[in-house]
Amino acid sequence: MASISGASVPELERTARRIRRHIVRMTTEVNSGHPGGSLSSVDILTALYFHVLRYDPKKPTWPERDRFIMSKGHASPAMYSVLAEAGYFPSEELMTFRKLGSRLQGHNIMGMPPGVEMSAGALGMGLSFSLGLALAGRMDNLDYHVYCLLSDGDCNEGQTWEAAAATSHHRVDTVTAIVDYNHIQNDGFSDYTHFVQRDGHGQRPGGWIDDQGHTVNILSLQPLADRWRAFGWNAQEVNGHQFTEIIDALEKAKQHKGQPSVIICQTTKGKGVSFMENNPSFHGKAATKEQLEQALKELAD
Amino acid sequence: MVKEVRTEATRAALGPTLIKLAQKGLDIVVVDADLGVSTSAAKFGKEFPDRFITVGVTEQNMIGVAAGLAASGKIAFASSFAVFMPGHCFDQVRMAVAQPNLNVKLVASHSGIVVGEDGASAQALEDLSLMLSLPNFRVIVPADVVQAEQAIETAANNDGPFYIRTVRPKTPVIYDNGHQFALGKWDLLRPGSDVTVIAVGVLVKAALDAAELLAQEGVSCRVLNAASLKPADTEATLAAAVETGAIVTAEDHQVHGGLGSLVAQMTARHTPVPIAFLGMQDCYGVSGRWDELLEHFHLTPQAIAEAARELLSRKSA
Ligand SMILES: Cc1ncc(C[n+]2csc(CCOP(=O)(O)OP(=O)(O)O)c2C)c(N)n1
Repeated sequence: MASISGASVPELERTARRIRRHIVRMTTEVNSGHPGGSLSSVDILTALYFHVLRYDPKKPTWPERDRFIMSKGHASPAMYSVLAEAGYFPSEELMTFRKLGSRLQGHNIMGMPPGVEMSAGALGMGLSFSLGLALAGRMDNLDYHVYCLLSDGDCNEGQTWEAAAATSHHRVDTVTAIVDYNHIQNDGFSDYTHFVQRDGHGQRPGGWIDDQGHTVNILSLQPLADRWRAFGWNAQEVNGHQFTEIIDALEKAKQHKGQPSVIICQTTKGKGVSFMENNPSFHGKAATKEQLEQALKELAD
Repeated sequence: MVKEVRTEATRAALGPTLIKLAQKGLDIVVVDADLGVSTSAAKFGKEFPDRFITVGVTEQNMIGVAAGLAASGKIAFASSFAVFMPGHCFDQVRMAVAQPNLNVKLVASHSGIVVGEDGASAQALEDLSLMLSLPNFRVIVPADVVQAEQAIETAANNDGPFYIRTVRPKTPVIYDNGHQFALGKWDLLRPGSDVTVIAVGVLVKAALDAAELLAQEGVSCRVLNAASLKPADTEATLAAAVETGAIVTAEDHQVHGGLGSLVAQMTARHTPVPIAFLGMQDCYGVSGRWDELLEHFHLTPQAIAEAARELLSRKSA
């Protein structure tokens, strides 16, 4: 296992809890936004911004900076919170999220605030953009690395697989894709087998609506790691909430030459807040004021 | 005919209406790209699991699958948000559905600036322009949930492709249950002789309120609901041009390529009159509450009334 000097695990965990508190506060404040998928990606983002990425918040367009591309643009609360914690802007601004006049728009917009590298919100677009950034780096002899965060939904979209084919075809090894594989999407559960049987349908083909009104078996991505391998990628699978595993995999990915790397992070949607965990209802819905109190208690240091 | 009793989101009409039509025996199938809970199509899926096909977040694929189902005799509905359908799958809509004139019905919710806090990427302001450009497609923008239900029934009962645009927030219901939607017919919601406001979607109610404001100043303002954007009502448009001599168009959409362009084209051909175009003025939206955004982008009764006054002064000059 690679050392994780520079930031200790308890320190990373404290930072991640702070980011999670920002996420639930800012979404409840405006009573909208996407807490579930933001919470699931917090540990990945914390590992990147507080241990792996090369950046300078005072020089957000520094040509040699590593790039972080968030393809799942609805997880903007996580993006903004990590940028605030990393020193790009004061965390007080987080409470303007989604309000008229704020820089912090509902979905990520490039350069708003500085540090957001790509406009997103339509799933599936991030990996192509990442490849473009990496190819430019190769042409310009810059040694930056590009990290692209993908969701289940991103991996549904054909464009992601078009980009996957093109990235390995061009033998680009400066792109690392990270899948926040929480198995939950907008309407419900992406693959049936990951969760216990949710109703009496058994293993029927395709999806169905369960008694809570969630869709079950929206579109299975399994076997996900093998799909990436078949597209010419170096694939690793880790627990997306264990800093040592995430960081170790990120370092191995960066050292891997000749082909792009993907890290499939098994994650829990809503991670850290008991009533949001594995609950599709909190994909695009904020906690109520009372629920927020409960969430903040659970996320306290 | 017109009254205000309650608020409801036009998107809420989809699932229940499809269930009703399928129970009547129509061979309806629904293809869903992970937004059926939001568009209400999932309600149909609960009742008819064998006719509800989930394809994940793959809008291009969804359209192709719907086209294949339609080519096999099904009445194929696809639903998503208006930014993603047609936005994410326009070529599939054009090639696989419009050109072969297949029996595919696209019901796109979360349209316009009124999607609110989700911000620019989620605000479909170009969809009408895209969809009006496709031969064979009928394009409907219901003004309320009653009309949305009727529009969906009309689409199911008429062969060939339809695009129906609905919205996320609960907006005032303006029609009573006796309303009969007719393709190619723009409802006269309020008679008037000085100026006409032609509106679609959420701005129909704003147009009625604007007419009320103008009435207090002695201005007689006609209001038309252009829900059937395509086929359009040339007769009602030309009558408005001839009889009132000035038109304000109002839409929650870019001013290029939507209702305003359509009205300008129809009148320019036959009876040119001054027109004011209310809509998004060639810019993207921002995050905010939907009612705040309508104010921010001047899509209010006051803004419509102001545009009407300005036209009236041009008419008399
Ligand atoms: C092209 C496209 N289609 C549909 C949507 C609507 N949408 C927003 S989030 C989402 C799925 C959310 O699940 P996932 O992508 O797995 O994100 P996560 O669980 O990581 O938040 C969908 C379908 C979208 N953003 N983009």
